[in-house]
Amino acid sequence: MKANSKSKISRRSLLKSGVAATTAAAAGTLGAPMIWAQSNIVLRQSGTGVSAFNEIAAKAKEDLGITMEMTALDSDSVAQKVATQPKSFDIADIEYWMCKKVWPIGNMQAMDTSKIKNYDKIVGIFKDGKLTPTSTIAQGTAPHTVSFVDGANGKSFSSEETGWMTMIPTIYNADTLGIRPDLINRPINTWAELLNPEFKGKASILDISSIGIMDMAMVCEAMGEIQYGDKGNMTKEEIDKTIGIFTEAKKAGQFRAFWKTFDESVNLMASGEVVIQSMWSPAITAVRSKGIPCVYQPLKEGYRSWGGGLGIAAHLSGKELDAAYEYINWYLSGWVGGFLMRQGYYSAAVETSKEYMSADEWGYWFEGKAAKGDIVNPQGVKMESAGAVRDGGSFYDRMGSVACWNAVMEENQYMVRKWNEFIAS
Amino acid sequence: MAVLQRNISSLLLASPVILVLSAFIIVPIILITAVSFWGATEFSIYPAFLFDNYEFLFTSEVTYRVFFRTLYFAFLVWLITLVIGFTVAYYLAFFVHSLTWQIICFLLCTIPFWTSNIIRMISWIPFLGRNGLANQSLIEMGIVNEPVEWLLYSEFSVCLAFVHLYTLFMVVPIFNTMMRIDKSLIEAARDAGASSTQILVNVIIPLCKPGIMIGSIFVVALVMGDFITVRFMSGSQIANMGRLISNDISLLQYPSACATAVVLLATVVIMISIMLRFVDIRKEL
Repeated sequence: MKANSKSKISRRSLLKSGVAATTAAAAGTLGAPMIWAQSNIVLRQSGTGVSAFNEIAAKAKEDLGITMEMTALDSDSVAQKVATQPKSFDIADIEYWMCKKVWPIGNMQAMDTSKIKNYDKIVGIFKDGKLTPTSTIAQGTAPHTVSFVDGANGKSFSSEETGWMTMIPTIYNADTLGIRPDLINRPINTWAELLNPEFKGKASILDISSIGIMDMAMVCEAMGEIQYGDKGNMTKEEIDKTIGIFTEAKKAGQFRAFWKTFDESVNLMASGEVVIQSMWSPAITAVRSKGIPCVYQPLKEGYRSWGGGLGIAAHLSGKELDAAYEYINWYLSGWVGGFLMRQGYYSAAVETSKEYMSADEWGYWFEGKAAKGDIVNPQGVKMESAGAVRDGGSFYDRMGSVACWNAVMEENQYMVRKWNEFIAS
Repeated sequence: MAVLQRNISSLLLASPVILVLSAFIIVPIILITAVSFWGATEFSIYPAFLFDNYEFLFTSEVTYRVFFRTLYFAFLVWLITLVIGFTVAYYLAFFVHSLTWQIICFLLCTIPFWTSNIIRMISWIPFLGRNGLANQSLIEMGIVNEPVEWLLYSEFSVCLAFVHLYTLFMVVPIFNTMMRIDKSLIEAARDAGASSTQILVNVIIPLCKPGIMIGSIFVVALVMGDFITVRFMSGSQIANMGRLISNDISLLQYPSACATAVVLLATVVIMISIMLRFVDIRKEL
């Protein structure tokens, strides 16, 4: 009997069951019930460079067996791609202001929140707009205003939680000006400093109209030049006046250069060509990793904030649609959140990331506490030593003082024209 | 009959060129012209026959400013590359006497072309920067006390990059025509008592006209159509026609990009036909 049963177990079947047991165990610990390895599913994700990391694709392959093909483009190009080439992507990794622009075109499908396991852990910013019950909602395209649609085939945005989301939020942050403290040597505390003649020929702003106009508005308002009804939805007069102030500054030689890509902003700052400019969090990290002091300066008027999420292309169905849900659930389950928080972003289901970060990392990035040991960037390169404190402090300090969200306005086409004139002037 | 047959066979012989040219030049130009009359929304373009794009182009003061800036760059770069290119070619053709050394020197001129022109352009940025090599040397030599700001992200840096990138396009055709000048003409001029300057002005320059013209066409067309050099070397601070077009394309405003392209194309064609009026290249070659 014994010998008989033994002979039935061939070497091959033993190997097979062994592999199955290991993968099942791995899947169990990660809370991912399905393994897609056999079906060779490939999903194409198009997004802005901020979250298109090969490390994420590799980890998705390892955990889920899904092959992710990441394409990183600049903001305008991604929006264009989603709007005009519906078959060219499976998952859109875009920002909420782009969602407002491209959703009505119908190339994306609404997502059933009952299939999203960590839905109740998603922070309030993306649901009712409030970080804490007492928060006020900032100007601009606040994510919750374009998060929900009324039903599976809904076209118009709903202000309430409907169970159908346009995108599942992933990362977000509060942006401000980056400065070189060693070259400025005095405290900076207002957006108005960007146009301070003291920094003539040493300032910069980003040449991406939809984001740049918001930075401009923060500056003009801080200078007391313009009182906006809503910075995220300016009137033609407000646009003219804002661009006018900056055109004058440009002609007076205030700006050293404008930047369009992440790398350009890093080089401008690191080389000392520019000492104050609009900047993104990972760029600050990159400058500091070179050993050059650079501060993401909190300013009294508050932050200009942005949020991004993953949306599913309208053409996905069947196995691929299931895989996309699986991927998005995995995205929110903590590992990716931990990875991206190390470059200064926040995860939408922020508490799930805690398990994937050390207590010291969590303290530094989320709670705004002084680091106890070395702080490393996502790739493991040392960035900060013990004692360092994150610029702007804790999550609630930073996300609690958002003055406006990146936005797309009704007068967008007019604004774009004016922006082009500003660049050409 | 024989004449007709000869006509047909020459037509057949020319047909591959005609096919290639029409597929890759004539048809795209027709398409661009057609689309320049279309309408556009934020994300789509639709067929129409509108003059909106041209109206916006011709009524905006910015267009004229950018247009003259483009012409200004073309003229300045043309002038500088002509002077440098002519001098280099003149030296190579008349002062280097052995053919081997002429070939060696000529190959030396092409060394920069071993890397892509984006790399050649971008490598100026750290050199010219506020804390770059140029400024550091100037300060160390005591020539200036403060870093010179206009070295980078200025008209100067744009022109410098253009000259660096395109001078060889001037050198090659001018050198080529100079090498074909019969040396006995120069000897004859000298025997007749002409000074070096007179030889240069009355003999060499007139005989080099086709080369100068071909080089000029290259340089003018390249500078007029450029957008990336202007963007990088001016830090996005200066615009030319190419940048207007690339901005429009990135914002999906294809019809207005096409309209700008048509105007640019017309200008370049007019300029080149005027230039060709001065020299009959086919006859001279």
